[in-house]
Amino acid sequence: MVVSIMGTRVLRKEDPKLLTVGGTYTADLRDARLEGAAHVCYARASALGAVSGVDVSGALATPGVLGVVTNSDLADFPLQPPQMDLFPEEMLRRSWLVDDAALFVGEPVAAVVAESVVAAVDGAEAVEVIYGGGEPATVIDLEDADGDAEVIFGEVGTNLALNLETVDMSTGFSDGDFFEDCEVVIHQRVENHKVAAVPLEGRSVACCWENGSLTVWMSTQAPHLVQGVFRNVYDLSRKDCRIIAPDVGGGFGQKVNHSQEEMLLPELARRFGRPMRWTETRTENLIGFGHGRAQVQRVTLGGDADGKVRRYRLEVICDSGAYPGVGAFLPYFTHLMASGTYDIAEIETRCRSVVTSTAPTQAYRGAGRPEATAAIERAVDIFAARCGRDPVEVRAQNLIAPERFPVTTAVGTEYDSGEYARALEKALEASGYEDLRREQARRRAEGDPRLLGIGVSCYVEITAGPAPGGKEYAKVEITPEGGARVLSGAFSHGQGHLTTFAMLASDSLGIPIEQVEVIQGDTAQIDKGVGTFGSRSLQLGGSAVCDASNQVIDLARETAADILEAASADVVFDAEKGFHVSGAPAVAVSWADLAERAEAPLSADSNFFAAASYPFGAHVAVVEVDRETGEVTLERMITCDDSGPLLNPMVAEGQRHGGIAQGAAQALIEEMRYDPWGNPVTSTFADYGIISAAELPSFELVVMETPSPHNPLGFKGIGESGTIGSTPAVQSAVVDALAHLGVTHVDIPCTPERVWRALS
Amino acid sequence: MHWRMKAVERVSVTINGAEYSHEVEPRTLLVNYIREQAGLTGTNIGCDTSSCGACTVHLNGESVKSCTLLAVQADGEDILTIEGLADGERLHPMQESFRECHALQCGYCTPGMVMAAVSLLKENPSPSEREVRLGLEGNLCRCTGYHNIVKAVLHCAAGASATNGGAQ
Repeated sequence: MVVSIMGTRVLRKEDPKLLTVGGTYTADLRDARLEGAAHVCYARASALGAVSGVDVSGALATPGVLGVVTNSDLADFPLQPPQMDLFPEEMLRRSWLVDDAALFVGEPVAAVVAESVVAAVDGAEAVEVIYGGGEPATVIDLEDADGDAEVIFGEVGTNLALNLETVDMSTGFSDGDFFEDCEVVIHQRVENHKVAAVPLEGRSVACCWENGSLTVWMSTQAPHLVQGVFRNVYDLSRKDCRIIAPDVGGGFGQKVNHSQEEMLLPELARRFGRPMRWTETRTENLIGFGHGRAQVQRVTLGGDADGKVRRYRLEVICDSGAYPGVGAFLPYFTHLMASGTYDIAEIETRCRSVVTSTAPTQAYRGAGRPEATAAIERAVDIFAARCGRDPVEVRAQNLIAPERFPVTTAVGTEYDSGEYARALEKALEASGYEDLRREQARRRAEGDPRLLGIGVSCYVEITAGPAPGGKEYAKVEITPEGGARVLSGAFSHGQGHLTTFAMLASDSLGIPIEQVEVIQGDTAQIDKGVGTFGSRSLQLGGSAVCDASNQVIDLARETAADILEAASADVVFDAEKGFHVSGAPAVAVSWADLAERAEAPLSADSNFFAAASYPFGAHVAVVEVDRETGEVTLERMITCDDSGPLLNPMVAEGQRHGGIAQGAAQALIEEMRYDPWGNPVTSTFADYGIISAAELPSFELVVMETPSPHNPLGFKGIGESGTIGSTPAVQSAVVDALAHLGVTHVDIPCTPERVWRALS
Repeated sequence: MHWRMKAVERVSVTINGAEYSHEVEPRTLLVNYIREQAGLTGTNIGCDTSSCGACTVHLNGESVKSCTLLAVQADGEDILTIEGLADGERLHPMQESFRECHALQCGYCTPGMVMAAVSLLKENPSPSEREVRLGLEGNLCRCTGYHNIVKAVLHCAAGASATNGGAQ
């Protein structure tokens, strides 16, 4: 009997190469088409303000420099189309390089093209930006921007980039006393600060032109999406615009979208008549492209004195950075997930995005949903404290009951499936919650300076969303040897699709995983695709693999019937034996037999659509806070994350681990900061507190698998769950450690300074 | 003081048992030499401040961040990079442990992380979890949350001690 490979801990096919010679990332490419490539370094604005000119003479005199391109050289080159057109037109008209004003520090001013990276960097250092011609509006704080104290785009007359109510992406607030019937009402301002995605590999691109055809190698999460943008900018047919994503060193949302620096590269290649390469430095990655989160929220929660929650108001102000794009739209997700895991009768949201003098806000792991969870979890904690109840009890009292699914929340989001109370129970049980509370009481009674804090969060999020859902493409081919090739439009950049998608095809087709090759990241080989983000790949891309595999089986049945001299209706397929006449498995036709007989290669494809799914779970964080110094140590993280059936538990755990670490990092140390003049002060890994092994414990994971009804195998996404649950759990634990001293809230990141101030 | 820097300096090193000799600008970092001149791109660059450890290699048997050295400082020395760690087709026990424990995702930090981990166990053959975490503090990973990396290093240490007669 063949045991299904599904649900097993198959080791990754990717790993032998990555462990022995390393991946082939874009900067590692030694492709013949890139022979003789020139290198670009972008000179960047080191201050905000009106710019009257750019002196490139020093750069041009630098040995090895081939030329310098500034925005005035690009007058004939059409502007790229905006990411989304929800914003005032003046805010959308971003020039390729700084034109008459630098709106954020790090904005690219000039492209220095040189024979070597070193010469390009030398040249870029010699570029002089001449400031002058007007006082710049400098607005760093998003609440200042919201008040229009100073207006960045004078012709717009306001910093407001988008009021999401006007596009039905938030409800708005009603007149009158929304909380009139509530016995207890709590209010809190909550910061969800800017953080950097910081994939270990930054942005990197190489490109060349051959007879009017463009090939771009790019570190991206979404080769097919990016192809659309390059085609648009360079007016190319699909065939003449090939995007290849080689190995990609992480993305975390930052590499879904494209940037000026990347999109301009083919134009530079065209002008200089050479292949062109650009790889950013870490500082450029930290200051040049943008950050995630960036919200200030005002939460108001009301209900009965016994802990029953009835009404919730969420106000979100989002910092979109200097040029509104995807970041300014992400509060929509915060609105969609406002209710969290709770049964709340009435919810109102008011979301808006404002421009500031900082780098444009981007998607970062979770992208709008972590902010929703952070808001409601903070509100529930404070509400529970006000009611004098244990935060766990108040959560349990208000969680949506399992029999109500599918359930539509007060903001109109329909959750597919869930057992929220069970996830909470499982996480609590694994944590030894009662024992932890006893230990906390003991320490408090004894005046122990090592304060113990226990934080709990419940979360639900959207993957492959928002509604109505999404599509991903896959094609499955049988090779002449009887193996299979899977061509996927999803793009793994660490997620392990070469293994997991091979498992899916292997399971459907009965072909050993060693003989299944997964191909991704090349628009010339893969007809369609979207890419990997929003935890969409398994439920969409994986479902497409299953669908295409099943179609291949149906197609092969006819040929198998011919070989077996039987009616096709009598021919059955089983993964172990192959095709045979029903009831007579002794004579069977294999894939190799079929490949030999088939006139055209056996293949089928699927552009699979599925509705969004809603993974959920509960996290428990245990922290120790040093009463003298305010230092927080994360002692334990216990999480129950339910993303439906697990295809490869090992890979799913890896996704959870990484997510938990990033979420905890936002709660503890990571923060992208600017000074009041717009200078990024966390512009290197020496300043930006990227979390290391020394600040984290090992994680305790609890398994739970509740299928989604929205795709055949019941999958939900797991890429972002860890991030979404962990930030509020850790924050809650820090506040809990200080609760007996009268502290009700500490904003994240809970740095020693912040905690120490809260204690003083 | 009056001095003149030569435009190029000759650097001769042994990398993974093979001899390399090139003229380089004196300011060339060792990591750039390894990647560009020697053509060994398994060693990666992840930051500008010697913080991330993606470029970790062994210099005369000890781990160093190859961005903290000039190539000229490595003249005459013996370097081991990720490409030289396996014994032909046979993975080094640390590489094997990383694979078995799923201690890598995107793979970008992996070469440096593996080289640092090998060096760590050389110095401390049976570390505690805490010692592994502190020992790898200078190697950043954004994908794994370090959980499985720590597990892999402990697993490798346990395996090595088992083959050495199970000494604790």
